[in-house]
Amino acid sequence: MANPTKLQEYLDTLAMFPDRQDRIETLIGFADEYKHPSREAFPRDEKSKVPGCESEVYVRLTKTEDRFSFGYAVDNPQGISAMAMAAILTAGLENCTAQEINAIDDQIVFEIFGNELSMGKNLGLTNMLRVSKHLANLS
Amino acid sequence: MSETESIFESRGYAYANKLVSTEWVANNLNNPDVIIVESNEDALLYPSGHIPGAYEIDWTRDLNDPLQRDYLDSEQFEKLLSRIGATPSKTIVFYGDKNNWWAAYALWVFELFGFTNTRLLDGGRIKWMKEARELTRQIPEISSASNSVNERDDVTVRAFRNDVLNHLNTPGKLIDVRSPEEYNGTRLHMPDYPNEGATRGGHIPGAKSVPWARAINPDDGTFKTAEELKNLYQNEAQVNPNDDVIVYCRIGERSSHTWFVLKYLLGYSKVRNYDGSWTEWGNLVGVPIER
Repeated sequence: MANPTKLQEYLDTLAMFPDRQDRIETLIGFADEYKHPSREAFPRDEKSKVPGCESEVYVRLTKTEDRFSFGYAVDNPQGISAMAMAAILTAGLENCTAQEINAIDDQIVFEIFGNELSMGKNLGLTNMLRVSKHLANLS
Repeated sequence: MSETESIFESRGYAYANKLVSTEWVANNLNNPDVIIVESNEDALLYPSGHIPGAYEIDWTRDLNDPLQRDYLDSEQFEKLLSRIGATPSKTIVFYGDKNNWWAAYALWVFELFGFTNTRLLDGGRIKWMKEARELTRQIPEISSASNSVNERDDVTVRAFRNDVLNHLNTPGKLIDVRSPEEYNGTRLHMPDYPNEGATRGGHIPGAKSVPWARAINPDDGTFKTAEELKNLYQNEAQVNPNDDVIVYCRIGERSSHTWFVLKYLLGYSKVRNYDGSWTEWGNLVGVPIER
C-alpha cells in the first residue's frame, strides 16, 4: 500500500534535496510549522508518551468514524528533529485509516532525516510513528 | 580577573579559566579574539538557532576521518582552523547539546593537536537557551587564518587498546563513565538507545563506574564544585590526582566530558581518553571483561 498522499508529498519534497545542508534547512522549515500545545489543551500522560525519545514527546489521537488524526507535544525546546517529525506526522497522517497508518514503513525516518541519524535519535523518531500506529490500533 | 573567573575560582577548580559563563560569552560576542564554536549531536540544532557569531563543528564530518575510524590529520585540522579563523592566540569557546558531550569531545580533539587555548561554556546550549539569550540563524562568514599545525599527538591525552591492555598490568586506574546498566553488562548501550553496538556487555577489568552525569548539576548542566567532584572521584572511586587514569565510554564522547573534569577542573596530571571505548573493547576477541 502506498503512503498517505500528504505524507508522500513531504517525502517527495525532501527527496528533492540530496544536499545535506538543503535537507537540514527544509527540515527546520518543517519544525517551524510545529505548534506547541499547552498542557491544558493537551494533557500529557504516560500512556501517550513516546518511549526512547529524549525530546519528551506525547501523542494524541482523534478519531472520526474510521479515520484518525494525530497531535504531538514536544516538550523539549531543543527537540528540533522531533518537532519536524511532529509537523510531518500531524499533516501526513491526517484523516488516515488504521490500515493506511499501519502500512507506513518505519524506514521513512531515514527518508526524512537521512542516514546520519544517531541511533538514539533514530529510535525516538521511529517510536513517534510506532506509538501513533499503536494508538490507532487500540482505538 | 573578571567577575566570571571569580565565580569559577570560588568553585575551587584547578584551572578555573577553562570555563566561561553564559554571561561572559554574551559580553564577548564581538570580541575578535574569541571564537565561539557549537558542536552537537543533533545536526538540526545549530542551523535552527545558535549563539551569534558561533561556528559549527560537526563531530562526524569535521573531526573524524570520513573513511577510517580515526580523527582528522594535521592537514585537515589546519583547514578546519582556517574555516573558523582560529589561531593559537585566539580563545576558542566550545558549547553544545547533551550537556556539552560533543563540545568536550571537540575540545579534546583540538588538544590532540596542541591547541589548548580553549574553554567550555559552563552549562552549554541548554543553559544559554533557558536564560532566553539571543540566538540567530545567520551563519558567520567563512573565516580564514593560517596556522602552523602540530602533528596529532596520540600519546598524551589519547589511549589505544594496547595502552589499555598494558594499563591492566600496572597500577593505572580506569573510569567507566557509561550508565550503570552498561557497566554491569545488562545493556550494550545507554538506556533508551537501541541495545546494540557491541557483542559483549560488561566493563574493562578494574574500571570504576562513575557515570559522566554525576559531574554536573542536572538542573542547568553546570559543573559541580571541585569539592563535590573530589568526593566523587577521590573518595568514592578512589582515583587520585597523581594516578595514571584512562577514561572510556561507548565511543569516546561522554568520556571526553569526564576527561575534561579530571584534567582541568580537578587538575589530574595524567588522564587519557580511550576513544575506541566499548564499541571496540566489547567487540575485541580475547580481551578480558568483567561483569
